[in-house]
Amino acid sequence: MAVEASTQTAPVAAYPRVRMDKALQRSHLPSARTSQAWLQALRSDGAAQRQATVDLHALLLRATRHELRRRRAAFAHLRGEELEDLATQAADDAMVAVLSKLDDYRGASRFTTWAYKFALLEAGVKLRRRAWQGREVILDPEIWPTVADPGSSAHELLEHGELLSFLRDAIAQALTPHQREVFVALALNGVPIDVLSERLSTSRGALYKTLHDARRKLRRELSAAGLVESEETVIVQEDS
Amino acid sequence: MTGEENRRDLLERLLGPREHEVGCDECFELIDEYVELELSGVDAAARLPGVRAHFDGCPACREEYEALRELARGTPD
Repeated sequence: MAVEASTQTAPVAAYPRVRMDKALQRSHLPSARTSQAWLQALRSDGAAQRQATVDLHALLLRATRHELRRRRAAFAHLRGEELEDLATQAADDAMVAVLSKLDDYRGASRFTTWAYKFALLEAGVKLRRRAWQGREVILDPEIWPTVADPGSSAHELLEHGELLSFLRDAIAQALTPHQREVFVALALNGVPIDVLSERLSTSRGALYKTLHDARRKLRRELSAAGLVESEETVIVQEDS
Repeated sequence: MTGEENRRDLLERLLGPREHEVGCDECFELIDEYVELELSGVDAAARLPGVRAHFDGCPACREEYEALRELARGTPD
């Protein structure tokens, strides 16, 4: 196991972490290195570096398996082998991401927590896309209420005829065609954002920005009609 | 919940948070710090404005936050 170099300055924590560090020591992680020791070992050469990469992969695999276990009810139809493949692929992709972003780690959290988030992102994206594999994504605002999945917001809206009619008009009049597609898919039909980003060849961040702008416009319309609270406190800049 | 409350609840969910929220990319940058602040007993929402609101508006980021919180807390295998 690599040890922390006394000549290097560890990232300074801005808040107490004693409780979490104790929890980390109790857990069965591949290695209970300090954050600085992780960085040092991963940037080193030879056996220490090889061991650190093996341990990092085990850590990431722990996270991806954890995510699969949390959501296993939604994937009861998948075989164990298939789920394990998903967990391994997600850990592999997270490993590449972590190693390529080591210089971005600024010590705002423990290294393990920072690394976990890459694993959870990869696992989450893969799971959502696997769940929607082969399913059609409805983007056409003209047909969305009639094909709404049970449990979706669109389905709930069908029970509020007047509201549905008002919202349809607001969507048609206030939103751009792209905002309409994105709002209908994400907010009304409950399409996971990573599924839509894949189908539209764009990023999660770009899609969420479009959704945010669409929501803001619709809130303005609906608040003018007295249906929702106003947007006085919303201060995020809109796309020009 | 009454019919009127149901309607308002549905609309608020559709329209997302009213307060300032960060986007998905910024949320990913801050999510590990947010979780550890929270587990340390610090008011993470006050220290990192806009993250909590984003979890209310983005189901994907919220799922990742919940999973990360469990892992960082040291949930045993």
